[in-house]
Amino acid sequence: MRSAAAADALLEVHGLEAWYGESHVLHGVDFAVAAGEVATLLGRNGAGKTTTLKSIMGILPERRGTITFAGRAIIDLPAYRIARLGIAYCPEDRGVFASLTVEENLMLPPVIAPGGMPVDQIYDLFPNLLEHRMSQGTKLSGGEQQMLAIARILRTGARLLLLDEPTEGLAPVIVQQIGAAIVRLKQAGFTILLVEQNFRFAATVADRHYVVEHGRIVDMIPNERLEAETNKLHEYLGV
Amino acid sequence: MLGWLHIAVPPAPALFGQLLIGLINGAFYAMLSLGLAVIFGLLNIINFAHGAQYMLGAFCAYLVLNYLGIGYWPSLLIAPIVVGAFGMLLERFFIRWIYRLDHLYGLLLTFGMALIIQGVFRQYYGSAGQPYSIPDLLAGGQDLGFMFLPNYRAWVIAASSVCCFGTWFVIERTRLGAYLRAATENPTLVQAFGINVPRMVTLTYGFGVALAALAGVLAAPIYQVSPLMGSNLIIVVFAVVVIGGMGSILGAIVGGFALGIIEGLTKVFYPEASSTAIFVIMVVVLLVKPAGLFGRTV
Ligand SMILES: Nc1ncnc2c1ncn2[C@@H]1O[C@H](COP(=O)(O)OP(=O)(O)O)[C@@H](O)[C@H]1O
Ligand SMILES: [Mg+2]
Repeated sequence: MRSAAAADALLEVHGLEAWYGESHVLHGVDFAVAAGEVATLLGRNGAGKTTTLKSIMGILPERRGTITFAGRAIIDLPAYRIARLGIAYCPEDRGVFASLTVEENLMLPPVIAPGGMPVDQIYDLFPNLLEHRMSQGTKLSGGEQQMLAIARILRTGARLLLLDEPTEGLAPVIVQQIGAAIVRLKQAGFTILLVEQNFRFAATVADRHYVVEHGRIVDMIPNERLEAETNKLHEYLGV
Repeated sequence: MLGWLHIAVPPAPALFGQLLIGLINGAFYAMLSLGLAVIFGLLNIINFAHGAQYMLGAFCAYLVLNYLGIGYWPSLLIAPIVVGAFGMLLERFFIRWIYRLDHLYGLLLTFGMALIIQGVFRQYYGSAGQPYSIPDLLAGGQDLGFMFLPNYRAWVIAASSVCCFGTWFVIERTRLGAYLRAATENPTLVQAFGINVPRMVTLTYGFGVALAALAGVLAAPIYQVSPLMGSNLIIVVFAVVVIGGMGSILGAIVGGFALGIIEGLTKVFYPEASSTAIFVIMVVVLLVKPAGLFGRTV
């Protein structure tokens, strides 16, 4: 699966294995994401998508393999060093802090490089957040918390965004809003690795899709072939 | 009726005198329980060495005075730095290894540290108190009409209030405090944002310990300097922390001052209960509000 993207890859993952204690969860994950593209990890619940993101971010203690970001091997670095190289993470549970206001949540991640999105543009992208600036972070609705979780990693100057199921459990209107935001982020030059179970949503924003099954990448489908391979994908995802 | 009044209402100077003592004790309770709260919040460790670290602060002032001729004012800076740095070493080399374990292990480890530190000082200095005199600048006092207020005591109350308010402000109102609050909730995610959380934990522990050491220096001229000065105090301080709410910053500050005053008033109105009043309050609070008065139940 070291495909066309490998040539100008910003992120390259090769032979990635990971464990939770005794249980071996990733069995050699291989894929690459080119600078400026949106790639997805599609797969059923429990396939290993979240574990893959956590391994890249360095917040999983037991992992092995090669992860290269912008030409640097990062697998042996602690999470805070990986973040400072320019990778930002939006976790599946959103991770909005209850003891911080919306604005404090937004301003929390430190700027690691110049060229992050200015705060007024972020509020422009997610106007709901401006309205509730002073409320407690967790008082926001689920959709707004998701927006906040994405919004706060745009300021920092990180180039690669890892988004874990940003549409999970949200109303269609909100899903649309988040989709539009992702498209705008791509236009703004961000590289995005998106975890999804909803491939219809993924099709509207992504350039390529990697299918994850039992801790491996089993297929790569460019977005333009997605239509043709719908049946195959249904099988992979069990829908 | 008149006879009853005569017994129950003490003369004003006695009342204000006890109030002042209560306020002084409260100032120490507040500073110490604040350090415990900050440490507990981020490290999830009940720092039983806190009393010993308070004693170390007082001894540090005593030692630099007697061996180096360095007086009170520089000690206010030197003792927190030296003892805080010592605390950071303890965190780095001992406490760090037990974060994943049950609270009980942290309690045992820090309690063991307290016993060792106190034992070493008892070996050299015995249990008797060493005198430490009030700095010249703060000798004497003010006659307020209804009572005599020693300058040093006024200074202790003011200094403690400023430290407590400053700490509260930094934690609740600044960016640094936001890191601390966030890391208390989800250290892994804060780390994934590019913040060196292990270093922050070490510094936080060092800060809590430094606060205890500062309290120790402030206490030296009032209570004398003795190896066990902290072990007597720390039991009450733990009660204060429980009443205020484990890990609550505001609870520690308000609880510290309030309980000091309540204890002082008990001495006036019902002296027999003065040493148990705080524990009675603790029991009642635990029954009514198990998370403590300011405890967050997220
Ligand atoms: N904290 C954990 N401890 C043990 N096993 C886990 C943990 N998190 C996930 N797993 C297991 O690892 C596998 C992959 O999980 P995950 O990466 O979360 O899947 P996905 O995100 O694709 O739904 C699953 O079998 C899951 O049960
Ligand atoms: Mg997942």
